[in-house]
Amino acid sequence: MSHQARDLAASREHAPHRSMLLRMLVRAAILRRGRATSALFAMVVAAAVATAMLNLYVDVQAKLRREFRNYGANIILVGKNGASLPAEALARVDSVLAGHGSAAPFALVVARTADGQPIVVAGTDFDRVRQLNKWWSVSNWPSAADQVLVGVRALPLVSPKNQSFALNFQGKTLELIPAGTVQTGAAEDSRIYISLPEFIKWTGVQPSTIEVAASGSPEEVTAMMTQLSGTIPAADVRPVRQIMEGEARVLGKTRATLLAASALIILTAALCVLSTLMGWVFDRRRDFAIMKALGASGRLLNGFFAMEAAALGAAGAILGFLVGIGIAAWIGRANFHATVYPRFSVLPIVLVGSIAVTLLSAIVPISLLRRVQPAVILRGE
Amino acid sequence: MFVRLVYESFRRQQRRKLLAGAAITLGVTVATAMIAVATDIGDKINRELRTIGANLVVTPQEDSLDVELGGVNLKPPSDGAFLNEADLPKIKGIFWHNNITGFAPMLPVTAAVEHAGRRQDATLLGTYFAKQLKYGTEVFTTGVRNTHPWWKVSGSWPNDDSGDVLVGERLAAQLDNKPGDTLNISGRQVKVSGILSSGGAEDDEIVAPLSLAQQFLGKPGAVRRVYVSALTKPEDAFARRDPKSLSGAIYDRWYCTPYPQAIALQLTEAIPHSNATQIRQVSQNEGAVLTRIEGLIFLITLAALFASALAVSAAMATTIFERRAEVGLMKALGAGKLIVASVFFAEAALLALLGGIAGFGIGTVLAHQIGHSIFNSDIAIPPVLLPVILAIAVIVTFAGSAAAIRRAVKLDPVFALRGEL
Repeated sequence: MSHQARDLAASREHAPHRSMLLRMLVRAAILRRGRATSALFAMVVAAAVATAMLNLYVDVQAKLRREFRNYGANIILVGKNGASLPAEALARVDSVLAGHGSAAPFALVVARTADGQPIVVAGTDFDRVRQLNKWWSVSNWPSAADQVLVGVRALPLVSPKNQSFALNFQGKTLELIPAGTVQTGAAEDSRIYISLPEFIKWTGVQPSTIEVAASGSPEEVTAMMTQLSGTIPAADVRPVRQIMEGEARVLGKTRATLLAASALIILTAALCVLSTLMGWVFDRRRDFAIMKALGASGRLLNGFFAMEAAALGAAGAILGFLVGIGIAAWIGRANFHATVYPRFSVLPIVLVGSIAVTLLSAIVPISLLRRVQPAVILRGE
Repeated sequence: MFVRLVYESFRRQQRRKLLAGAAITLGVTVATAMIAVATDIGDKINRELRTIGANLVVTPQEDSLDVELGGVNLKPPSDGAFLNEADLPKIKGIFWHNNITGFAPMLPVTAAVEHAGRRQDATLLGTYFAKQLKYGTEVFTTGVRNTHPWWKVSGSWPNDDSGDVLVGERLAAQLDNKPGDTLNISGRQVKVSGILSSGGAEDDEIVAPLSLAQQFLGKPGAVRRVYVSALTKPEDAFARRDPKSLSGAIYDRWYCTPYPQAIALQLTEAIPHSNATQIRQVSQNEGAVLTRIEGLIFLITLAALFASALAVSAAMATTIFERRAEVGLMKALGAGKLIVASVFFAEAALLALLGGIAGFGIGTVLAHQIGHSIFNSDIAIPPVLLPVILAIAVIVTFAGSAAAIRRAVKLDPVFALRGEL
């Protein structure tokens, strides 16, 4: 051994002891920066798109359900055989809902106008109705106790000049001041709405209907209905089928479309990674040949390229996951005006998928290269 | 020579060309299918939303107030004004008649019902079930079976020309009715063809063909109100403007947009002495749902286009990079940068066109498949999409190849031929 070689061996003894494999991995990435970056970039984009799509797919149902709650009630409680509901029914409904929805009571009677015309008068809680039936077009919500809402079709009959008017119910007369009009295109247009305490004081009639907009999946809503009929035995609990069925159909179709789109997009992104990575590995056939010429076994070579691919896949998946939840959050904000929360349950799927794709795109070129003699590759043929 | 270079390149390097071509085909397939779905999703979801029920209602202009309590109409049946049944087919004559998916007239009358010794006063609702009507030369079928799809019948639906009726499920429980029973309604024997479950007020009612209700009322041709289901465009600020305040061309634009308001105005014009309004619960909310879903699919289509553009450029970059030795040879033989670049661009254009056409074809099939499996109806693909898609394919392929071609052109032939880069 020469003097120089001894020196070198001595200096290497104090060098930090790192495994050869790690060193090869790191140096390969640093030396071929351009190609490594483009492969990583493709991986990040693919993982980001996959994350965003999966996140949206999980979340879109909840977001669209919220839109459907604007249709108003999906459950209606009515007193059995036309009887009134017990006074504590509304409080019980609220405790069953526990914040997952809203409810409004309605009490109805037929009163007479000054010239003897019959008209339906409803007593309700205006704050609750406002929250429940967002589609009501109301010119001005009542603020004082004796102020009322008049349906647009009833207005010319009772108060053509927007003046105060009197209504008669079983001999008792009540003087009312119109605050505004309500327009819905349905039965509400022919009615007069007054506040519930005032209504009970005047007629003595308790609410007979509670409209409930319960949010949640069909199973949760069904569970709430069972709970409601359990806690309020005097009430008939009915689903509003047209709303529930329409909601289920539209949500189902939207999710199916989203699923088809996600499958297409993820497939395309995976293909993009596949072609970039295959190019990268092919490109390094000289490294491969040198390692083989230096006596590396087939297993070692496979292990090395597989490690490299897996590392790239994992790094790309984690970076892509971060970018992806950003994209999903942005779509949520731009389209639904609400936050799409990151779903960490998506991360393992993306991670495993990414590593699988990278491994696949490493294995194909390697198995081709293994059949070739290193000398042929090194000669540049 | 140039043509031969390109031709031979395609003939001899079939594997590489196939790979790049496959990437372009897949990219274009995804783009075509997504664009087709995105342009049609509004119409498809709009049709699904029609399951929630009619969004417009036509009532007589001079009608008296509805006095309805718990689904029971307390207004004297002959009180107020009526629409004329003979005017109804005119609904199919309005400007937006293709957007009318169905309509159903309603005529409630009160009747004394008797069965198995039990007697009860109930509302008898006259309507169309699936009635065949004719407007001009067009024959169409309409009725509650398409405006109220959530109505479920055990037994069978009555024929519109028969005197058979449906009995609501709660009323049927009280009267102990089964399909096939005979019911005495105000002294007349009618057959019960089925039991209706609607989840609404109809569960306490009898639903009969319109002509039967008219006979009970003694007013042939009378209709109390008509529910109309129409495909509409979500309402915006322009829709809410008062048509009377609009002038000339702006009014025409308002009138010729399928806003709920514009269709309501056209219905009012078509049916004499009527007043059509939107049912706000249905029409207001469907606009919101539709806008959200359309927005979502639009954003996802952008993501799909981005992903396919990336896939195409990645594949092109790889195939060009693999051909450095060839570039080196061409340059060593004296080819200029322009020639080298134009050979690659010509190949890219050819690949893009071939892949684009194949992708458009497959994408069309895919869109049809998606339409049939999800919406049970065809997704229309406008033919104008083909040139647009081909142009996009060529541009994306060029853009994807540009960086790789620039590097190939700059290559020193010596290094390239030694295989050292």
